[in-house]
Amino acid sequence: METKRYELNKQLAQMLKGGVIMDVTTPEQAKIAEEAGACAVMALERIPADIRAAGGVSRMSDPKMITGIQEAVSIPVMAKCRIGHFVEAQILEAVEIDYIDESEVLSPADDVYHIDKQKFKVPFVCGAKDLGEALRRINEGASMIRTKGEPGTGDVVQAVRHMRMMNGEIAKVVSMREDELFEEAKNLRVPYELIAYVHQNGRLPVVNFAAGGVATPADAALMMQLGAEGVFVGSGIFKSGDPKKRAAAIVKAVTNYQDSKLLAELSEDLGEAMVGINEQEIQLLMAERGK
Amino acid sequence: MRIGILAVQGAFIEHRKKLESLGAECVELRKKSDLEHHLDGLVLPGGESTVQGMLLRELDIFQPLKQMIEQGTPVLATCAGLILIAKRLANDPHIYFGTLPVTVRRNAYGRQLGSFHTVQEMKHIGSVPMTFIRAPYIEETGEGVEILAEHEGKIVAVRYGVQFGLAFHPELDKDNRIHELFLNAC
Repeated sequence: METKRYELNKQLAQMLKGGVIMDVTTPEQAKIAEEAGACAVMALERIPADIRAAGGVSRMSDPKMITGIQEAVSIPVMAKCRIGHFVEAQILEAVEIDYIDESEVLSPADDVYHIDKQKFKVPFVCGAKDLGEALRRINEGASMIRTKGEPGTGDVVQAVRHMRMMNGEIAKVVSMREDELFEEAKNLRVPYELIAYVHQNGRLPVVNFAAGGVATPADAALMMQLGAEGVFVGSGIFKSGDPKKRAAAIVKAVTNYQDSKLLAELSEDLGEAMVGINEQEIQLLMAERGK
Repeated sequence: MRIGILAVQGAFIEHRKKLESLGAECVELRKKSDLEHHLDGLVLPGGESTVQGMLLRELDIFQPLKQMIEQGTPVLATCAGLILIAKRLANDPHIYFGTLPVTVRRNAYGRQLGSFHTVQEMKHIGSVPMTFIRAPYIEETGEGVEILAEHEGKIVAVRYGVQFGLAFHPELDKDNRIHELFLNAC
């Protein structure tokens, strides 16, 4: 991939900052999300909670369903492909998707290799639990990173764990002597240049969003206060009692994540939140897919 | 000099860094009480105009900001910001501040695959790097609007009094001259 294209792809993620990206399964849901203030939508056949409930192999969505959503809204449209499934990614590029999520939410197609994302013109977002995973995905060509919080559970604990881990490891790299960076690059299995970037800048070279288990305005604001630059909300919206109201409340919570008085107002009367599943109750840890 | 930067969503930090490096003090605008300071200028950054437009109204800062622009506070509006100040949108029924007499086409270059970088001449400045991300362009300009730059026959930068409307993102390139031009107008 040419350097300019990669820059443009990182810059699109910069434009999404401070925003909420919502999972949608139909053009109608996409419109609700857009009106509620989503800065982008993730087009999916089934939201993670239903994928989890249905079991079996889950794959890229029907391109027809994706193009239906592209026609319904004017904001960027993202879609997921399986980890390592570069042909699904080629198909998503062919329908001119704005961002591909190489996602652990779908069943992995390759248990060793991720997609060589540098081969593509369209941008990729990938999940990461820690700094090493994030920099490995960036080295493969990801232009945006998100936490790998456990999707479809409504339990934010893992997204919190990943964000804290990332921040802690970044702080550690920043505080290292320069002669220690070579060893750290080896430990994390990433190129020296990426470690040097983190050392100098105190952040990832791409935008980092929170994802997985965000169900309430308070969850979204928690992730922002922990340093997320924006939030993905999957099952949390369309599995709740009043999707429109909850979606708008989460959008406003992400903008004013430090204003507790406003957060209190936003948390009122949202109806039923999605039924959560605790981390200990789930059989399948999707975050363990693709490291 | 104190500049207010709309910070409800999008790439506002990039503008902030640039303006601070040029010596301006910056205030992020998220709610009504942020407007209590005196502001010498306003920046409307890139992001998603639908989100920003919705949040402006919901957070009660739409009217006061519109009033400030109408009363002559200088404004630098980039990409989504240009959409917010345009009087008309060619392919969208919404109108936001509507203070700049131009017609703007949203997502005029298509989806992300249509995003590009170029170097073009800009009036009063010279050649300037320009980054277009799912960008709009200006289809028509009203009376008194000065065209500052074009790209392949499409208008991508204009000035109307102290309102600067750009289809691209000067905050993403290393060049500071557009921000300097804006600060000189404040």
